[in-house]
Amino acid sequence: MMTIGLQHFLIVSGLLFSLGIFGIMTRKNAVMVLMGIELILNSANINFIAFAKYGNFGYHGQMIALFVIILAAAEAAIALAIVLNIYKNFSTVNVDEVNKLKE
Amino acid sequence: MNIYDLIFYLFAAITVFSAFAVVSSKNIIYSAYSLMLTFFGVAGLYVLLGADFLAIVQLIVYVGGILILILFGVMLTNKVNGMPIHTEVTNLIPASITIGLFAGIILAFFVNTNWKSTQTEFPNTTIVALGKLLMNEYILIFELLGVLLLIALIGAASIARKK
Repeated sequence: MMTIGLQHFLIVSGLLFSLGIFGIMTRKNAVMVLMGIELILNSANINFIAFAKYGNFGYHGQMIALFVIILAAAEAAIALAIVLNIYKNFSTVNVDEVNKLKE
Repeated sequence: MNIYDLIFYLFAAITVFSAFAVVSSKNIIYSAYSLMLTFFGVAGLYVLLGADFLAIVQLIVYVGGILILILFGVMLTNKVNGMPIHTEVTNLIPASITIGLFAGIILAFFVNTNWKSTQTEFPNTTIVALGKLLMNEYILIFELLGVLLLIALIGAASIARKK
């Protein structure tokens, strides 16, 4: 059993990324697609912080991860506002039934 | 195997299994709560990597903010009248094959690459150093992100309000 290194964190983030894309591809509900996006952003953040520790980059990796978290918050707010508007206009949030820009 | 390794495997298992529950659960409420466990697991991994401030921010922003927003989104876009909330699944078999191949390739790449790792030992608290960086080198990005959050706030309110 080897000691925990950079590879172990990268493997966790790779699995998280794959699961996020799987969620985006297979779900019809727009809110589930948003959850998949959050998983992908988290996996990217694990990579940034793992390389900050094991890659001799100092604190810069952690700063980028902080900015990614802020952008994720803004993205979630806007995306949920759009989803609510779609539900008001179409009475559904299934992404494959929403195929018109206006009624 | 020391205590660090054990804690890593614990948090990695929590993260991966709850992420799998997020994408495989039929009930979207279960998915949202599994997502909370995933965020907790990722915050634990941040602590193991020496990023204590990032772990706290992860808990506050993701669990306290984004997850609540997602739960509001679930509750406002489903008719919750005693019926179990199911979401439909599409493209299951092609997506499984593609993602299996993709995960295999990316994990093989991660395992087989000879990473040159020089371990940095961060101090017990990283808040002082991060705050100094934020107020010196990253001041422009910091201000721009403040403006961006304001724009996002106004935009979300104006998109979601009644006509």
